[in-house]
Amino acid sequence: MKITNKIIENHGLKLNEYENIKKLLKREPNFLELGIFSAMWNEHCSYKSSRLHLKNLPTKGRQVIQGPGENAGVIDIGDDDAIVFKIESHNHPSFIEPYQGAATGVGGILRDVFTMGARPIALLNSIHFGSPKHPKTKSLLNGVVSGIGGYGNCIGIPTVAGETKFDETYNENILVNAMAVGHAKKNKIFYSKAKGLDKTVVYVGSKTGRDGIHGASMASAEFDEKSEEKKPTVQVGDPFTEKLLLEACLELMKDDSIIAIQDMGAAGLTSSSVEMASKGSLGIELELDKIPCREENMTPYEMMLSESQERMLIILEDGKEEYAKKIFQKWDLDFVIIGKTNNDKNLTLKFNKEVVGKIPIDALASKAPVYNREWVKKKPTQYKVDLKKLKKIKVEDALVKILSSPNHSNKSWITNQYDQMVMCDTIQRSGSDAAIIRIHNKDKAIAVSVDSSANYCKSHPITGGKQIVCENWRNLIAVGAKPLAITNCLNFGNPENKEVMGEFAECLIGIKEACEYLNYPVVSGNVSFYNGTNNKNIYPTPVIGGVGLIKNVSKPLGHNFKKIKSNIILVGKTFGHLGQSCFLRENYSINEGRPPEVNLANEKNNGEIILKLFEKNLLNSVHDISNGGLILALCEMSIGSGIGINISKPKKLRNILEYLFGEDQGRYILEVDSEKVKNVEKMLITNNIYYENIGLTQNKYFEIEGEFKINTNDLFKINNQWYNDF
Amino acid sequence: MKSSVIVFPGSNCDRDIAVALEKMQFKNQMVWHKETELPKSDLIIIPGGFSYGDYLRSGAIAGKSSIINEVIKAANSGCLILGICNGFQILTETGLLKGTLLRNKNLRFINKDVNIKVLNNETKFTSKYKKNQILRINIAHNEGNYFTNAKHLDEMREKNLIAFKYCDEKGNINTQSNPNGALNNIAGIYNSKKNILGMMPHPERMIDKLVSNDDGINLFSSLLK
Repeated sequence: MKITNKIIENHGLKLNEYENIKKLLKREPNFLELGIFSAMWNEHCSYKSSRLHLKNLPTKGRQVIQGPGENAGVIDIGDDDAIVFKIESHNHPSFIEPYQGAATGVGGILRDVFTMGARPIALLNSIHFGSPKHPKTKSLLNGVVSGIGGYGNCIGIPTVAGETKFDETYNENILVNAMAVGHAKKNKIFYSKAKGLDKTVVYVGSKTGRDGIHGASMASAEFDEKSEEKKPTVQVGDPFTEKLLLEACLELMKDDSIIAIQDMGAAGLTSSSVEMASKGSLGIELELDKIPCREENMTPYEMMLSESQERMLIILEDGKEEYAKKIFQKWDLDFVIIGKTNNDKNLTLKFNKEVVGKIPIDALASKAPVYNREWVKKKPTQYKVDLKKLKKIKVEDALVKILSSPNHSNKSWITNQYDQMVMCDTIQRSGSDAAIIRIHNKDKAIAVSVDSSANYCKSHPITGGKQIVCENWRNLIAVGAKPLAITNCLNFGNPENKEVMGEFAECLIGIKEACEYLNYPVVSGNVSFYNGTNNKNIYPTPVIGGVGLIKNVSKPLGHNFKKIKSNIILVGKTFGHLGQSCFLRENYSINEGRPPEVNLANEKNNGEIILKLFEKNLLNSVHDISNGGLILALCEMSIGSGIGINISKPKKLRNILEYLFGEDQGRYILEVDSEKVKNVEKMLITNNIYYENIGLTQNKYFEIEGEFKINTNDLFKINNQWYNDF
Repeated sequence: MKSSVIVFPGSNCDRDIAVALEKMQFKNQMVWHKETELPKSDLIIIPGGFSYGDYLRSGAIAGKSSIINEVIKAANSGCLILGICNGFQILTETGLLKGTLLRNKNLRFINKDVNIKVLNNETKFTSKYKKNQILRINIAHNEGNYFTNAKHLDEMREKNLIAFKYCDEKGNINTQSNPNGALNNIAGIYNSKKNILGMMPHPERMIDKLVSNDDGINLFSSLLK
């Protein structure tokens, strides 16, 4: 087949990239080779636009066993335990086919984790949809939620935390990010680096079909009217087979049979074989006739580019073939020797005994393009919030509006569709600041949370980037966990647009700064560009997934108030910042202003003192303050418990709306028994922490003195109305 | 007391139930579905999960697997059998329990803590509970909507074969307290000899106060006697 410009373009390659391919090969590629280049050189696999920025992120620390570059990140949680985790996007497939797109997103991230020898113990997700009024939103939401649940419930791993947000910016490009967390023995981590010559390369798992061909290339392009036609490039998930693959792999991992293992994720067999060979500076030769195929007459091109799910590539130690084969046969999975490693540093593909493709490994990996794309700084917004110019609103009305809005309504409608309890180690289920999962048979636990703040990032990407890291950190602190490390999923628009590239670069500057200051390194992650349709890019939406450690787990405090007549202590300074607040958005449809400032020193000091208060058992409940400000956080503490509050207006001259709805950072609410208040205050004072003792809990009524009083049952109803109506 | 847990491909509550049994001092063994012989057991448990991926119909393929013939033989000779969630579905597929489990009325997977009432505490499974005791217990299923014919329902009423019913925290059995649309709020049933119990809720998830509560413990301690 003659390779025309049209064919090159259809493979998502630029003409200059094609010229580069010819130089590297010193000839024209054939059609199969072109397909392989397109799979390896697309944005999704090559990180060509993001690489230069990503390398600035802090990735090291005493707690880090493995940083970015492997299937997932690995951290040390003491004793011989390690936690393996990563987040990944499946945005494009989920928009085209929500159920399968979301399901295979979960399946893919789970494989990344168990490939490394970890048993997955928790799933999380961050999902963003368009406006609830948009005609597609309802079916997309339904599909995505059932897809996430369908996969996780079936494989038997609890889905414990997540976030669901709505905004017009995602009308034509939803975000579906899935995170998986696993537990492994520190000395039993498996990597993807091939070692040794003439070692057996084995294909295990499902058969290869024609599904998902060019999935990674699709995920590297913007959408247009014809996106629906891309349905055949969405993979189909089979959680049942994945469960078998999980158990079979973990069984084989009990001894030392495996040299290297890599899951076939994006770009399937191509990227898995190239990555293993590239990391080991080896060559790899595959006999494609041996690939177990689901359909007849599949061509080498289709086999190499298929993204059929639930498959792995393993390089085995000599003489372990029969032993390994028995395990996979027990689990009714395919096990086929398809090739060998060698020292010629090529990817060599044979079909019917003929060489049908031969590409130097480094041309696909280390010599893949890297772009220093042009970017511009975000112009700071000039908008200043002036409440005097806005229509007057009562505190109570503003609160009701927020509580009943799609973004702040109770989301148990969603979380009740996920099995959160299977494996019986879920100590804190979703709905709290972070979920808590016990390490099986141990007294310790991890806390996990995912967070994003697209509105803040859009307005001021550096501050936004800092803020999400802090918010995530704070959520772990609020359940008594010491934050250890993060994974990030960077969802952005078209990187060829210099504004978008600027948002990316600046968000990363913010993330870097916060991670460095908080000793909260990035150990894994994923970049998803080209989120947009017809030249309209989404808001920059980096998502942070964090993991923290609780050394001695006990019954979690949670954020629900525990008793009446407790003191309510507000930790951190309140300035009343309303720019980019949900107060303005929900009540006035104003989406303007700068996000609240992030003061890393305060953030760190406040967080560390909260952990000390936890250690000394001085708290009844804790909640972090985020969107919606002080009043929304208090409401959440009341709604879950039915216990009300009585707080007075601020003593200093401050606007009540700013005081209650301001989204200033680094703040927490503590519920403290009256006899412990002195102790708590003493610790706060000695550590120079700003706090205010703002009032008491009381029976049933949520009351801001001199403003309004409302029954907590009514708050509950208001908060639960929206989903029922939807 | 010797117990055996049958493990099908796709079972996913097998470890959870094993943890519960070991905690309660059962001598437990895991039995792989391809086995054709059962170890000597006083109690056989078919755990929750998605055996064979719920393909065809939940429980349908497991109901025809090689080990299941041995389970049927053991059941007919009076061995105690407990099917939880997917295990209950499998027991109805084998005919050891009558009736069927339809899709939840809201057509969605449901995971939450619900209340159930102990209707009959005079069986080997429930003797440690009080009659009409209310348990708070977790459910997690897509097909938990129990249905059976009028004749069987009458028989169950007459012979006291309904084990548990969904109720509210005060014990009221009504539509509001029915999470999945099950006929008469039925959450678990016995066979006529009362040596087989099938239930949708997960007692093995309720044995540890740190995780949930310990309302499930008495089911296991009843069996220990």
